[in-house]
Amino acid sequence: MRPANVVDLRGDAASDASAPGAGADLFPLVLDDVSFQAGGTVLIKGVDLTLPAQGATVIMGPNGAGKSLLLRLMHGLIAPSGGTVTWGGMPLGEAVRKRQAMVFQRPVLLRRSVAANIDFVLRLRGRADPGRRREILDHAGLAAHADQPARLLSGGEQQRLAMARALATEPDVLFMDEPTSNLDPASTLVIEEIAKAARDRGTKIIFITHDMGQARRLADDVVFVHKGKVLEHSPAETFFTQPASTEAGDYMAGKIIL
Amino acid sequence: MQDFGAAFLTAFDLLIGADAALLEIIGLSLRVSITALLAAGLIGLSLGAALAVTRFPGRGFILVIVNSMMGLPPVVVGLVVYMLLSNAGPLGFLGLLYTPEAMIIAQAILILPIIAALSRQLIEDLHAEYAEQFRSFCVPTGRMMVELLWDARYSLLTVMLAGLGRAMAEVGAVIIVGGNINHLTRVMTTTIALETSKGDLALALGLGIVLLSIAIAINAGVMALNATAKRQAYA
Repeated sequence: MRPANVVDLRGDAASDASAPGAGADLFPLVLDDVSFQAGGTVLIKGVDLTLPAQGATVIMGPNGAGKSLLLRLMHGLIAPSGGTVTWGGMPLGEAVRKRQAMVFQRPVLLRRSVAANIDFVLRLRGRADPGRRREILDHAGLAAHADQPARLLSGGEQQRLAMARALATEPDVLFMDEPTSNLDPASTLVIEEIAKAARDRGTKIIFITHDMGQARRLADDVVFVHKGKVLEHSPAETFFTQPASTEAGDYMAGKIIL
Repeated sequence: MQDFGAAFLTAFDLLIGADAALLEIIGLSLRVSITALLAAGLIGLSLGAALAVTRFPGRGFILVIVNSMMGLPPVVVGLVVYMLLSNAGPLGFLGLLYTPEAMIIAQAILILPIIAALSRQLIEDLHAEYAEQFRSFCVPTGRMMVELLWDARYSLLTVMLAGLGRAMAEVGAVIIVGGNINHLTRVMTTTIALETSKGDLALALGLGIVLLSIAIAINAGVMALNATAKRQAYA
């Protein structure tokens, strides 16, 4: 059993961002010649990728490049048509997925109160406890909204709740699919802070964004995807200053890449 | 036309005077139909939720059958239940024919497909929204059904209401398996049929008014509940 406080939401157990988290045995994440096709169209082509346990990995690329599919393949929401996805040598299954969580572009909140949305995952993981729920809501700045219907929250609050709910499962890996694309700058900042705090406690973050500023603020390494292929995987500094591929350079320069 | 006016007056007299025979009939009607609704609801909602979240070979065929059975003719259901419960039938030993229990069974069978088919559609739509998040959280199938049923609770009330309406309004099945026996299996619809053929329009009309009033009251209640739920974005 890993100690519960390592990825605790309270933040009093912060560890060095560069140290591997408690979920180190899940790494490296290895995609070996992964492809995915639907309706006869190949959408992901022969992706080879290895991700380390530390930090935040950003997946970037134009719309339709296959970023969301790649994220879903890593999380096991969809199965690859070819190739394998392994986590620390383990095949993707419920045992692995249970140690991960995902926040979607549009938060999927249950038709219940804010508190009940948190209770749902706590019960699911067998740790229902009003005290812990309060801590989680406090941390997300939602304590005052506990009894409100979740779906009447503002867009930013809804995404914050989705984040808090995902982190309530104490995941070793947090996936985010453009979590702030519909949010204003202030709400975006709050989401980024929560993500950063989680990363600093050792949770691996893998997320998609089109927001160049956000990528620069959060990324430790960047995976650039174009037309279903990974064109480049570099440390953030290198990627933003000297991208290896012309496409990535053009993309960052705001050019439309085809 | 004179008959009609007189019948109305007598009907109101019976209602206002809380006529004992009338109350007995209304009470039995409610008991039979509500019990049938609870039984059919328990099975129908589980079945609907199961069909909504699972995929297996032959599922499409089952959906076609369940959907078609929504239009089951009450007399056919009555006939089948009659054959099952009659002394010569496989369940004859239970001695249920011409009892309220037989009527409950017939009505439950009649409305089960309605509840199963409508709830399946509703829960499947909701599941389309939740599926990916549930998969991400590794929610087990049984748990998924419970959570979906709970989140669809207000819409499912309308489904249950459709079932209750069908049960209360039908006459074909209960008259066959209940026999319309005075003080025992006489419900509103069977009494209306009987009294109309006997020419006692007042009692028939009185019951008709009660039947309508109950339907309106239940509908209004559920609508109010749903409006509240919508305001809270729970529906």
